[in-house]
Amino acid sequence: MEKLRNTEALQSLRNELLASTDRDKSCVRICMTGCRAGGAEKVRDALREEVEKQGLGDEVDIRETGCQGFCAQAPVAVVDPQGILYRQLTPKDVPPIVSETLQGGGIVDRLTYPDPQSGQKIPYERDIPFYKGQQKEVLRNCGIIDPTNILDYIARGGYSSLEKVLGSMTPEDVISEVSKSGLKGRGGAGFLTGTKWGFLRNAPGDEKYLVCNGDEGDPGAFMDRALLEGDPNSVLEGMLIGAYATGATTGYAYVRAEYPIAVENLKIALTQARELGLVGRDILESGLDFEISVKEGAGAFVCGEETALIASIEGKRGMPRPRPPFPAQSGLWGKPTNINNVETSANVPLVFLNGADQYARVGTEQGKGTKIFSLAGKIHNTGLVEVPIGITMREVIFDIGGGVPGGKKFKAVQMGGPSGGCVPEQHLSLPMDYGSLEAVGAIMGSGGMVVMDEDTCMVDTALYFLAFTQVESCGKCVPCRIGTKRMLEILTRITEGEGKEGDIELLTELAEGVRDTSLCGLGQLCPSPVLTTLKYFRDEYEAHIRNHECPAGVCKALIRHYIDPEKCQACLICLRNCPGGAIEGGKNIIHFIDQDICTQCGTCLSVCPPRFDAVKVISGEPVPPTRPAEERVLVRAGRSSR
Amino acid sequence: MSRDEALSLLEPILERHQGQQDALITMLQEIQEVYAYLPEEVLARLSRETKIPLSRIYSVATFYAQFYLTPRGRNTVRICRGTACHVQRSELIAAAVEDTLDIAEGETTEDLQFSVEAVACLGTCFLAPVMMVNDSYHGKLDAQKTRAIVESYAQPKKEP
Repeated sequence: MEKLRNTEALQSLRNELLASTDRDKSCVRICMTGCRAGGAEKVRDALREEVEKQGLGDEVDIRETGCQGFCAQAPVAVVDPQGILYRQLTPKDVPPIVSETLQGGGIVDRLTYPDPQSGQKIPYERDIPFYKGQQKEVLRNCGIIDPTNILDYIARGGYSSLEKVLGSMTPEDVISEVSKSGLKGRGGAGFLTGTKWGFLRNAPGDEKYLVCNGDEGDPGAFMDRALLEGDPNSVLEGMLIGAYATGATTGYAYVRAEYPIAVENLKIALTQARELGLVGRDILESGLDFEISVKEGAGAFVCGEETALIASIEGKRGMPRPRPPFPAQSGLWGKPTNINNVETSANVPLVFLNGADQYARVGTEQGKGTKIFSLAGKIHNTGLVEVPIGITMREVIFDIGGGVPGGKKFKAVQMGGPSGGCVPEQHLSLPMDYGSLEAVGAIMGSGGMVVMDEDTCMVDTALYFLAFTQVESCGKCVPCRIGTKRMLEILTRITEGEGKEGDIELLTELAEGVRDTSLCGLGQLCPSPVLTTLKYFRDEYEAHIRNHECPAGVCKALIRHYIDPEKCQACLICLRNCPGGAIEGGKNIIHFIDQDICTQCGTCLSVCPPRFDAVKVISGEPVPPTRPAEERVLVRAGRSSR
Repeated sequence: MSRDEALSLLEPILERHQGQQDALITMLQEIQEVYAYLPEEVLARLSRETKIPLSRIYSVATFYAQFYLTPRGRNTVRICRGTACHVQRSELIAAAVEDTLDIAEGETTEDLQFSVEAVACLGTCFLAPVMMVNDSYHGKLDAQKTRAIVESYAQPKKEP
């Protein structure tokens, strides 16, 4: 690729690309990031081969894209220009797609998405409820373009915001435009990006740093991963505009090493941008010098905290330090530094694409624009969604997410990972923005939403998150290092049936202490899962402590697996699969579990055929006595008369 | 491979990062890429060459989950303990793996065939509960499926 001399050269490259694009040409877009885990590579290979075999090599493009969002249906492919979505593909599904759709223009019905309620097939992507409720702005290219080809991004209007900024705006104009847009940081803290940039701009010194935080450590969150994998240039463009506005000369993109595809695609984007002269010295002859390097994290949740992240980039243990001084005064190597989250950076080009006023038209008073959420847990449509800030949780979970599968009842949604809280059903109609979620004890956070149903124990959930933060606590400050440990001990005791009166009060006191006195955000927010579950599900805690009962049937020490003799069909399946050999019985002899041997592993429950439904979980009451041997001989209805 | 030969693999890494003040983590990542863990002798040499105190190298190596100070198994089983997997009962998957290999999380089998570790989140929540064996994802697991998958990676025992 030839280096672009100036903004005009970039413009004419874009015009050329647009002129040479054939919008009517068939194109199969196949997700090659998240869907890889679902076998997308084999489908792609089969597709390439079959297209050649049927002589369509010149007439069909096969484009490997980033995440298309509908992860629950992986692997997913969309045939353009019609926009037909095929899902859960395997290589053997490829020949009919090529012959019937690409050759014949028809639809392969069995591969299209069925509406879960009516069962009716919905062939077009745009008609599927999961997509209909969304507003894809930041993700506008994700799943559409080939993220490893910068020209795809440019053809879709990419780098035109940079062009506008460099060609016609002063750095001060840029900052005031970002401030006017109301854009807030998407990483969790929700600080106004324009204000942050202003701090860096006004900090004294020539050497300034801009860091993009891609250390997405919340379990159950994959927004930044999708952006880095599916549209890395939008993140780079946001960083470049930030560099121009703030006067930063060097950039770092810090990405979790657990995201190999994100690292790979970002590095490819960076190499291509450098070749085109969009990163480096005197970018587009504007006088802007900005170099970006990629830093891979090494596995520490606390590195998502900005001062810890700075220490990690410096090659040290990623431990936070007190603020002030804020990074904008003294950050990386003691120089003024801004840290922007991946999604924030990807929002920046949008502000300039249509102007701040247009950008601020979406959202609420407290939060402008859209937000990306990752949906996971007990929900039909696990995946990645982008919605206007201010939409209700109910709309996201039930309309877009399709609700809770298996006819189970919704219990809570955990927002914002280990730093966030559990929101119960009564608050589902709240708008999702920065203020209203905080009011109920949760945060918008980075955007992870994990749905829990009636089979989820909330005490166990609190224990789970606290176990995570306790391990990830860096150990620097006492409240977090020791407080989380003591809280974990109490929670463990409760789930093991050893809880005592006063535990709830002690836990609350400790949680509030850790919240109010920890050094960094990790410590201050880690009691949130405990505090919100205590607030909304106190009865579950009390059941564990007073009745030694786990109402959801999860906490192993408080449950017993039991085979209902009325329902057992003596099919031997559980007996053969029990890893501990705890099940007794035989052919035509009703099975029972020896409670002295059983480890409550749940294998019998998962293998018992649903039509028998004989294995039960009992909690808070004694297991009924085992029937004597002579009463356990199975008399099969109807068979004896034959 | 002799001891000197083994240590010589460090040379290109040292050369690449000469004089870079921020390269310690990157160097450790590259060392682990070559040796599959961080051998003590290599770290001692790294300390001598870079003048970074061994205590500081050790403090960094033990801080980050990615680094190992002991040899690893030929196969690595990573069990996802993310929130989505947790609510889909990932503890049953962990139990099945531990039971099959007779080691606990964080351990390596004596024959160096398997290492088992828990990871906070693999980011493939739609496959929950999920685990990775080496570079392959295995999703929507139950205990039985897990056992079969782990066993399929085991090398057959040689006939005596």
